Amino acid sequence: MLSVSLSQFLIVAAILFTLGVAGVILNRKNIIIVLMSVELILLSVNLNLVAFSAYLGDLTGQIFALFILTVAAAEAAIGLAILVCYYRNRGSIAIEDINLMKG
Amino acid sequence: MYAAIVFLPLLGFLIAGPFGRQIGARPSELVTTSLLFVACLFSWVTFFQVALGTAPSSTSLILNWFTSGAVRVDWALKIDTLTAVMLIVVTTVSSLVHLYSIGYMREDPHRPRFFSFLSLFTFAMLMLVTADNLVQMFFGWEGVGLASYLLIGFWYERPSANAAAIKAFVVNRVGDFGFALGIFLTFVLTNSVNLDQIFAAAPSLAHQEIHVFGLDVDALTITCLLLFMGAMGKSAQFLLHTWLPDAMEGPTPVSALIHAATMVTAGVFMVARLSPLFEQAPAALTFVTIVGATTAFFAATVGLVQNDIKRVIAYSTCSQLGYMFVGLGVGGYALGIFHLFTHAFFKALLFLGAGAVIDAMHHEQDMRQMGGLWRKIPFTFVMMTIGTLALTGFPLTAGYYSKDAIIEAAYAANNAPAYYGFLLTTLAAGLTSFYSWRLVFLTFFGKPRWSEAGHDAHGSVHGGAGHGQASQEEPAHHNDAVDHGHAGQGGHGHALDPHEPPLSMLLPLAVLATGALFAGFAFAPYFIGEQTGEFWKNALYLGPENHILAEREDIPGLAKELPTILMGAGFLIALLFYVLVPAIPGWLAAHARPLYDFLLNKWYFDELYDAIFVGPAFALGRLFWKGGDGAIIDRLGPDGVAARVVDVTGRVVKLQSGYIYHYAFAMLVGLAAVTTWYIALGIR
Repeated sequence: MLSVSLSQFLIVAAILFTLGVAGVILNRKNIIIVLMSVELILLSVNLNLVAFSAYLGDLTGQIFALFILTVAAAEAAIGLAILVCYYRNRGSIAIEDINLMKG
Repeated sequence: MYAAIVFLPLLGFLIAGPFGRQIGARPSELVTTSLLFVACLFSWVTFFQVALGTAPSSTSLILNWFTSGAVRVDWALKIDTLTAVMLIVVTTVSSLVHLYSIGYMREDPHRPRFFSFLSLFTFAMLMLVTADNLVQMFFGWEGVGLASYLLIGFWYERPSANAAAIKAFVVNRVGDFGFALGIFLTFVLTNSVNLDQIFAAAPSLAHQEIHVFGLDVDALTITCLLLFMGAMGKSAQFLLHTWLPDAMEGPTPVSALIHAATMVTAGVFMVARLSPLFEQAPAALTFVTIVGATTAFFAATVGLVQNDIKRVIAYSTCSQLGYMFVGLGVGGYALGIFHLFTHAFFKALLFLGAGAVIDAMHHEQDMRQMGGLWRKIPFTFVMMTIGTLALTGFPLTAGYYSKDAIIEAAYAANNAPAYYGFLLTTLAAGLTSFYSWRLVFLTFFGKPRWSEAGHDAHGSVHGGAGHGQASQEEPAHHNDAVDHGHAGQGGHGHALDPHEPPLSMLLPLAVLATGALFAGFAFAPYFIGEQTGEFWKNALYLGPENHILAEREDIPGLAKELPTILMGAGFLIALLFYVLVPAIPGWLAAHARPLYDFLLNKWYFDELYDAIFVGPAFALGRLFWKGGDGAIIDRLGPDGVAARVVDVTGRVVKLQSGYIYHYAFAMLVGLAAVTTWYIALGIR
């Protein structure tokens, strides 16, 4: 049976994390993509937690991952809700238009 | 005393050259001129002692120049009759030219420079004629080349003067190339550059063969031909003559100096000096005769139709140099030198006279703009007439003795090339008479063709309208419509009133006129007559079979009289054409158009050289410039490197965008890369 080592899990997680950060930074248009990138970061961390928990034989990590998934779902829901509200108020959710707080 | 003759002009140059600005124009003139007159005095003393008296010829060593292996070159002064003759020619003409220049250049702002160059010129020529080895001769040879360049281009604001100066320099380089090769070959043959040692070795070298240029040739013939190539360049012989007529772009006194004393006589002198070599190389002498005869005839034909007063005289010089070489070529070295001696007087006279005319006409040089001047400047007219008489060989004047002697010798030499020389020089004698008298008639006789009004613009609009209105003789031609108004003295606003030049210009004319009248009569017995042996004292070497000086006396009467007859004919035709029936020349020019154009354009030599040498040289230069230098060296070298640097920095500049998220991304990429690298290495 094909065994997947810890380091390979970690590498995939690191790649996902980097992609997520890059997505946040490089994306200059679309706030939804930013949210998706943030999700990706959370998921990569989740992957780490699950991988280590399996590696160490300790269920704490997997439980923690479940919490994170919950929080992420809530966060996504809230975020999207804010966006909807914002769109109704401002007529645009393009990142460059979100500058109300700018001095 | 000998050293003083040579080095006083150098002293004058060293004073007037670097310090001319400090001491001012007038002191510079006085210093150089008086030093030259002292040198001239010493020269005459030397001449009387060495040539006419009994003082032995001598070689005084001044300094060792360099010694390298077998080559030992000294600075030395070799004084014998030949040198003494050259010394008086050079210093007399030069000192008179200095004096004349004080008057002629009186309005020029750069007189100290002018006088220093004149003195430098004289010094270089004196070094040349006193040389006791070929290398010192070459030093003087190049020195006169340099000085002529500086003086022809003296009015450096004028592009034509610069072009003429460069032309003179470059054409002379061609000849000097041959001269240098000749010196090398002489050294190979005799293992010495010292004249005495070369002469001592010369007889044993006859009929030896040498392997040069991939051929087995007669050693002395090839040496002499190469040396003669140098003489051809310096003395403006056929094929290398093109610089001489252009050289009159310089101030007129310079032309007189170049044409009469320094520079062009160097070639004649060199051949005479090396007579022991040439005497062993009959083939080379034949070549000398042919080239000389061709030059004499060619230049005379071109002189017939030129309109610039100085250009006519310049071609006349070219022609007379051809005579000298014919004299040398048939073995009459004394004849060539004698003609050089007399020619110096009347050619300097003609040039300085032409300068006086030009001065009177406010720097007008076109003879078609003159006419009727004899009333206005009678003294100059008389002087020019004397010069013309001497040049054409009027009986008892200087030219009569020297020129006719050469023609007689050419006849007496009694072989085919010499007959060719005889034929052409005789014809040239007639042509000489025609163009010389044409010059006099156009300048001094007829109706005045200069207008009293409207002359003020001659400096600027000389090329177009001015030519058309006065061309009763020949149609205007733009080839020689050079702008003769020069920057230093342009802008005479007043009406033209020809006037006699100042005394400092008339005095040299008078002295030279005396020489032109009596030098032949007085010195002929010494140079080429009964007292030849005592006079030359082995300065010129003659082979055992060479009796040309004696033989020339015994030629048929007709051959003897022919030059004089042709001279008279030339005079009469010129009189007919330009005084009695002035319509003939225009008619002739119109009806013999091709011939006229051919002559007016100097046998198209300039065009030919442009096509053969100048054009390809420019094309080659352009190829190296654009192709070699521009496309390869610059593009791969500095320009290429600079362009790559610009490209790279252009990209680097883009990184510096100023957006914080770009920098954050760069940090992220860096972090990811470092981590990846660390992990990748750390795991294995």
